[in-house]
Amino acid sequence: MAISASAARRELDVQRYPLLVVVLVPLLAIFVQALIPRFVPRFDILDLPLLVTIYFAVGWRNPIAGTVTGAVIGLIQDALTSRPLGINGISQCVVGFLAASLGVKIDVENPGTRLLINFAFTLLNIVIYLFIMHHMLAQNLGTNWLHEVIKAVINSIVGVFFFDILDRVRPRD
Amino acid sequence: MSRYKNILFLVTVLVVQIIGLAVQIRRPNPTSADAPAVRLIRYWAIGLMSPPEKVIHGSGTGLRGLWSNYLDLRHVRQQNQDLREQVGRLQLEQATLLEDARQGQRLQQLLAFKEHYIYSTVPTQVIGTSGTDQSRVLYIDKGAKDGLKPDMAVITPDGIVGKLKDVFAHTSQVLVISDQTSGAGVLLESTRLRGVLRGNALGQPQIINMLPDDRVKPGERVITSGGDQIYPRGLPVGVVDRVVADTQNPPYLDIIIKPAANLGHLDELLVITRASDHMPEKEKQDLVQSAAEGAAVSQRRASDILAERLPGLNDPNAVVDPKQGQQHSDAAAAAAAVPPKLHPPPALHADHYSPDATPPANALTPGHAIVDPRYAPEPGVQAQVRNTADGKPAAAGTGARSPGAAVPGQGASPGTPHPAAKPKAPKAPPTDQPAEAAPAPEPSTAPPASAGDGGPPR
Repeated sequence: MAISASAARRELDVQRYPLLVVVLVPLLAIFVQALIPRFVPRFDILDLPLLVTIYFAVGWRNPIAGTVTGAVIGLIQDALTSRPLGINGISQCVVGFLAASLGVKIDVENPGTRLLINFAFTLLNIVIYLFIMHHMLAQNLGTNWLHEVIKAVINSIVGVFFFDILDRVRPRD
Repeated sequence: MSRYKNILFLVTVLVVQIIGLAVQIRRPNPTSADAPAVRLIRYWAIGLMSPPEKVIHGSGTGLRGLWSNYLDLRHVRQQNQDLREQVGRLQLEQATLLEDARQGQRLQQLLAFKEHYIYSTVPTQVIGTSGTDQSRVLYIDKGAKDGLKPDMAVITPDGIVGKLKDVFAHTSQVLVISDQTSGAGVLLESTRLRGVLRGNALGQPQIINMLPDDRVKPGERVITSGGDQIYPRGLPVGVVDRVVADTQNPPYLDIIIKPAANLGHLDELLVITRASDHMPEKEKQDLVQSAAEGAAVSQRRASDILAERLPGLNDPNAVVDPKQGQQHSDAAAAAAAVPPKLHPPPALHADHYSPDATPPANALTPGHAIVDPRYAPEPGVQAQVRNTADGKPAAAGTGARSPGAAVPGQGASPGTPHPAAKPKAPKAPPTDQPAEAAPAPEPSTAPPASAGDGGPPR
């Protein structure tokens, strides 16, 4: 019964976006993320590509699409850093998968829900990232958890407004 | 099977990426340049991002250039004047440091130490960042086509910034010193402690694994040590901000550094493309020029320095005898012609501690106090002091005390004017004496030195 309800919800609420939007929005988010910290150094506390991954994953409600989106965006982010490729790829594909799975079960149009899922998935992304760095790559890097929590809070607040902007590029039925 | 389709897909994607990570980490030196396949993916990503970044950067530079080069030229003359004065001042400073530098070079030659001078640099512009606070990386608009190679040092005139990591055809990646995977050999300038600089979780450069040392204080300058073979020795890194305990490795300390270069707002950078163990010709010419100018200025200013140290020579209230004035000007002219020998100025109020005040050792008798006739109290004062010691009151108005008659521990009376407050007219120095040898004032007219007065007023 529960499965059939989820399937019905998925059929009813699944969002469809033009291909141009699906390609350009993640690229634009990565571009802005790479460009703005040059002028505003503190901007790097935001993670716009992660917010785009969450937005598309919960909108599509398709775990496979969410996984692919997260992996591709994460790999492009990794390519711009000095770290090995795959760290952000792994963390964001897990986030994309879970966000899509969650989108099937709950209403993600509500701002309060968006605030919570953005906070939870940003924190999850950080935890997975640090797990890979410390335990899989054996890189002894310092971690400031207060900074990471602040980062998650800021991302969740900005994410509410960012999702509202992205809603406007969605074609209306 | 279709029920587990999603989870199987996720696991497959994860496994592929983990294998990819393992292949990248398996390389002998993970901090060196990437493997070809990884480099290709980075090249594609950077190729996707850098063209629009260059366009935005170019348009911004054009607008700024239009404004600063054609429209906003109000303060250029003043800036030019200020810069000229600064160049003159720096040349003088360079001249004063020249001898120390030569001595250092001689010592380095003795130790077979190879000094690395910066021979050539390539100016570049920052066009982008990694976009994340987990990796402090910058992208610049010059690459292999401009002669850049991995591991070249990147600096600003203020201090070091980082080193080149990946170099592509027209773009390069700069690993900033605030990144947690960076590393630079540094030296604390005054305490000469050496350490390794790298970034912390908050993006602050810090010297790691330092043993506790009380001498390290905030504000101490940090320079490159040259031991990493990337940054030439002596480049400014920053100043010590604070010292914190390393919670993971007690009892070691981390020294947080405030970087000399503004790492948050970097625009124009210099990449050191060539360093050599010989000083560049241009630098040699600058040093010779500075040395000549410094010598000329120090010659010209010798009389000024002398007047500054001996204010009595320039007493504006002094009555100048024309004949003495003529002698004085002759002496000054002679002093200006002959390079002056700088000696400590003679004491205005000589005492036992003044130079040449103590008789030679062969004139001393064991068990006897040193009695210098210059400091012996006058007979009347001697009797007065003896009477006071016997318990009889001293007679009032017994006359002026000589400086040597001051009772130990007793300072100058409140009404006694200090020589600096009302200077006496100096006697003109004899022409056969050097100009700096100022005559000592007569003992009878000079007030006693107050307790705690370390010497004559300077």
